[in-house]
Amino acid sequence: MKNVILRSSFLYMLLAVLMVTLVFSQIASAQEGDPVAGKQLFNSNCAACHRVNQKLVGPALAGVTQRRTKEWLQKWIRNSSDLINSGDAQAKAIFEEFNKVPMTPFPLLSDADIDNILAYVEAPPPAPVVDTSVASTTAAPAEGSQNINQIVLAALVIVLLLLTVMLVLVRQILSKIAKANGIEITPTGRKPIWKAFAENQFLVLVTVVFLLLSSAYFAYGYLMQVGVDQGYQPIQPIHYSHKIHAGANQIDCNYCHSSARVSKTSGIPSLNVCMNCHKSIAEYKGETTAEYSKAFYDGEIQKLYKAVGWDPEVQQYSGETQPVEWVRIHNLPDFVYFNHAQHVTVGGVACQTCHGPVQEMEIMSQFSPLTMGWCINCHRQTEVKMDNNLYYEKIHEALSKKYGLEKPTVAEMGGLECAKCHY
Amino acid sequence: MKAFKNILAGLAVAMVLFSCQDKQKPNYQFFPNMYAPVGYEAYGKSDAFANGMEAQLPVPGTINRDFVPYDYPNTPEGYAAARDSLKSPLEKNEVNLEKGKALFTIYCAVCHGDKGDGKGILVQNEKFLGVPDYSTRPITEGSIFHVITYGLNMMGSHASQLSSNERWEVTQYVEKLRADLMP
Ligand code: HEC
Ligand code: HEC
Ligand code: HEC
Ligand code: HEC
Ligand code: HEC
Ligand code: HEC
Repeated sequence: MKNVILRSSFLYMLLAVLMVTLVFSQIASAQEGDPVAGKQLFNSNCAACHRVNQKLVGPALAGVTQRRTKEWLQKWIRNSSDLINSGDAQAKAIFEEFNKVPMTPFPLLSDADIDNILAYVEAPPPAPVVDTSVASTTAAPAEGSQNINQIVLAALVIVLLLLTVMLVLVRQILSKIAKANGIEITPTGRKPIWKAFAENQFLVLVTVVFLLLSSAYFAYGYLMQVGVDQGYQPIQPIHYSHKIHAGANQIDCNYCHSSARVSKTSGIPSLNVCMNCHKSIAEYKGETTAEYSKAFYDGEIQKLYKAVGWDPEVQQYSGETQPVEWVRIHNLPDFVYFNHAQHVTVGGVACQTCHGPVQEMEIMSQFSPLTMGWCINCHRQTEVKMDNNLYYEKIHEALSKKYGLEKPTVAEMGGLECAKCHY
Repeated sequence: MKAFKNILAGLAVAMVLFSCQDKQKPNYQFFPNMYAPVGYEAYGKSDAFANGMEAQLPVPGTINRDFVPYDYPNTPEGYAAARDSLKSPLEKNEVNLEKGKALFTIYCAVCHGDKGDGKGILVQNEKFLGVPDYSTRPITEGSIFHVITYGLNMMGSHASQLSSNERWEVTQYVEKLRADLMP
């Protein structure tokens, strides 16, 4: 009997010791926290309002574990308003300091989660240094191919030069030999070639006709492009890149040009639209090229801040605004009516059909000539989308009965009538 | 020789004419009599107003067409009130949902992702962080509408891009996404 009791108590003791060590080790490891897991949690939950070393909506979090105790932090993060209402002085002070902006409560975060976040905040793992290498590798091949081109060109030029020099030398040597051998080189009695040409009336006639035709061709080409601004690419007050926004970050055209959906003009976005993103994006971290460096792009974002009067240090608008004078590129004469909603929303035409590959343009330029011929050509070729459009159902019936048309084009719907575009 | 000179001269003239084309300046125009409007161009400069711009803010109290007054203030209390009591005036049907989906793809998906899981392209590129998964937030149709109208912390207001009606359509679609995400 005794034995048994002893053994069982011994077992209990063992178990207890095991439990205690287990719990302790768990606490110890929890106190450490995992900065990598913390980064994930931080980015998805807190990064909207906090940065590690920078004030955003909330304070910079670096050093917070020194400022506050752990229990306080856990209570605060789970539900800050409870803590404020409980009359905690520290909580009240920081709440007042941040203009009484309530922090989102996170009741679902476990202790371990919070420890991980705090571990990340106190010692963020070093950012991977891929950025610069990416930039240099992307820049390298372009430079390389340019270099090869230049080398080939230079080699060709040198070969040509050598050949001419050799020709001259050979000629000199030959005439020297001829002199040495006593041979006189007398010019033959042939007329110079231009004189022969001038005396041949037929040739002169042909040449004159050719010249007249070709200069007429050039004159016509020149006159026809008067007033056409295809390729016009002015310098804008802020170097705003469609390649970065609509290309690399795939922002929809309508996000910024939001009136294209519903109105005649497409419009240039007002700066509050820019600030939807740029309150948070204060510096450029994407790919750079030799021409446009990170410092250049950062400077452009600062220009935006200056124009809207946003102070990134205190995260507040100063109220001093300054309109950005964008230079208008596409501009039809006043006697033409063009409507975006009609083409984009009703017709379902993609922006790129008329404006070209905008998502690849670092600097915006006019892609299409915007001449009347260009409009009319498109109206002649484009079929109207009649499917699933109740409005067109009757017209379609009538048209197909009258003209035997299966797929009417815009032209056949009256898209060539002068008054459609000139009112 | 004369012909040769002519050719040279012709070429030179052509080159001068074509090299005049500076991409950063607009091209020449031929009798631009009715090209420039008599009225003021949208967003253009104008001397009609003191600040030198054609575009002016509406007079305080102006009500534009389709405007629906919104009485909840942009404060935490207004948010709570909208969450608890604001209801959508729209009927819940397929047509509104389709429209809402199209608008959501344009205006919200860059951040919130096509599924509303907070993993839009900007988040994937690590340009914009802290976008929540809709299913982790206790939101209602009233609070969604309130947030689109006024924004919330780092999310900006989308009222300048979406009319009141369109905001309700998007709200309907967000509710559907949230229901789909719920475990
Ligand atoms: C909605 C924006 C928002 C989010 C999201 C947010 N916070 Fe906050 N946080 C604040 C604000 C604002 C304050 C300042 C106090 C106040 O006004 O309530 C604050 C204060 C704090 C403080 C106190 C700092 C100090 O110096 O005492 C800590 C710690 C904190 N937040 C941690 C977190 C953590 C961790 C997360 C993510 C789980 C998080 N916050 C998410 C807005 C936010
Ligand atoms: C992030 C906002 C934003 C997005 C997204 C965007 N744009 Fe723009 N767009 C602008 C701004 C700002 C300007 C004026 C500056 C300039 O001309 O570069 C502009 C200018 C233009 C212009 C020239 C306007 C003129 O003066 O004639 C066209 C055309 C255009 N955008 C088309 C597009 C298309 C097509 C897309 C989608 C592929 C697109 N934009 C996406 C902001 C945007
Ligand atoms: C939907 C979000 C969004 C909107 C709206 C937006 N941007 Fe950006 N912007 C970005 C992102 C993302 C970057 C790239 C940041 C990076 O790569 O680190 C960027 C970069 C920039 C840059 C630096 C690169 C460049 O293009 O020269 C400038 C300047 C800029 N934006 C200006 C603007 C202006 C002006 C507007 C308003 C017409 C605007 N942005 C609207 C998301 C946005
Ligand atoms: C059918 C051809 C066509 C399509 C499709 C088209 N545009 Fe345009 N866009 C034009 C023409 C023509 C103008 C010049 C309008 C004027 O001067 O009145 C223009 C002008 C613009 C301007 C300058 C400001 C303005 O409104 O006058 C912007 C910005 C613009 N377009 C953006 C877009 C966007 C974004 C889309 C897609 C949603 C788009 N466009 C689709 C032909 C088109
Ligand atoms: C699909 C639209 C469209 C239709 C239909 C159309 N036009 Fe035009 N027209 C234009 C555009 C765009 C321009 C401006 C071209 C430019 O700026 O180079 C223009 C320019 C002109 C001009 C030149 C004005 C000047 O001083 O440069 C004349 C004249 C003209 N149109 C006459 C007509 C007549 C006559 C018809 C009917 C047979 C007609 N247009 C139908 C779009 C149209
Ligand atoms: C520029 C990125 C961005 C865009 C675009 C954006 N959001 Fe948000 N959204 C956020 C962020 C960041 C938060 C987290 C705000 C917070 O809780 O502090 C958020 C939060 C939300 C919430 C939850 C708010 C709550 O009550 O907790 C809803 C609902 C929402 N967004 C809907 C939308 C809708 C609908 C659109 C499109 C009209 C949209 N968002 C566009 C970034 C964005």
